[in-house]
Amino acid sequence: MHKRSPEPLLWLLFSAGGVASALFVPVLVLLFGLAFPLGWLSPPSYEHLYNLVHHPLTRLVLFGISVVSLFHAAHRFRFTLYDGLQIKHLNEMIAVGCYGGAVVLSIWAAYLLRQIG
Amino acid sequence: MNERHVYTEYHPRWLRSRPSTYWWLQRRAYLSFITRELSSIFIAWFVVYLLLLVRAVSLGNSNYQAFLEWSRHPVVMVLNVVTLFFVLFHAVTWFNLAPKAIVVHLGRKRLPGSLISAANYGAWVAATAFVLWILLAGD
Repeated sequence: MHKRSPEPLLWLLFSAGGVASALFVPVLVLLFGLAFPLGWLSPPSYEHLYNLVHHPLTRLVLFGISVVSLFHAAHRFRFTLYDGLQIKHLNEMIAVGCYGGAVVLSIWAAYLLRQIG
Repeated sequence: MNERHVYTEYHPRWLRSRPSTYWWLQRRAYLSFITRELSSIFIAWFVVYLLLLVRAVSLGNSNYQAFLEWSRHPVVMVLNVVTLFFVLFHAVTWFNLAPKAIVVHLGRKRLPGSLISAANYGAWVAATAFVLWILLAGD
């Protein structure tokens, strides 16, 4: 029996998160980070946003985008530290820290999106 | 004895100079590489921001209004402007790289990379329009 490496799965999550975040995050940052706060556009009413987020499909999509984007970020940041800072001796600690962070935030996302239903 | 230095007979010492910690400032390509890599931090930040919004909406209208008020705070705004820059950089580099990752054959011909990039940019426009529509229309 050989032990399977987790690397292919991590790269798969990295790609999925790369696509999801490239497609959806720019417009969301533009709206909720810039256009609404600066008053360029009026933010959606509470009822509209609540109904939208309450819908099971929206919650599922938000969960999916959050999880893959978090693992994308964790994977990329792991290699940023690896290449950028030349601290190869801390490899395992870095990996645990990065993916651990993604797991914790994913659990938080699941909790929040379950609660709103 | 220091274990890291092993000298063998008739063998010169390894000549290996350690690159500078700031190696990524030396060339434009290196700088854009590290910029792309650092986009990860801002994507993680935005997921947290989005989840805080979901949390506020789940807690009621007054929490939602408090979130909107908080989003107008200068520090949060500056952070989100920087985030927008990094996220756009990520999106553009990602879509430009897509033809190298996706190879599509149609019969015996390989689809040109420009077509695959174009399809990705098309998907980006569609996703953006869809998000704008569900958030802003019919409200």
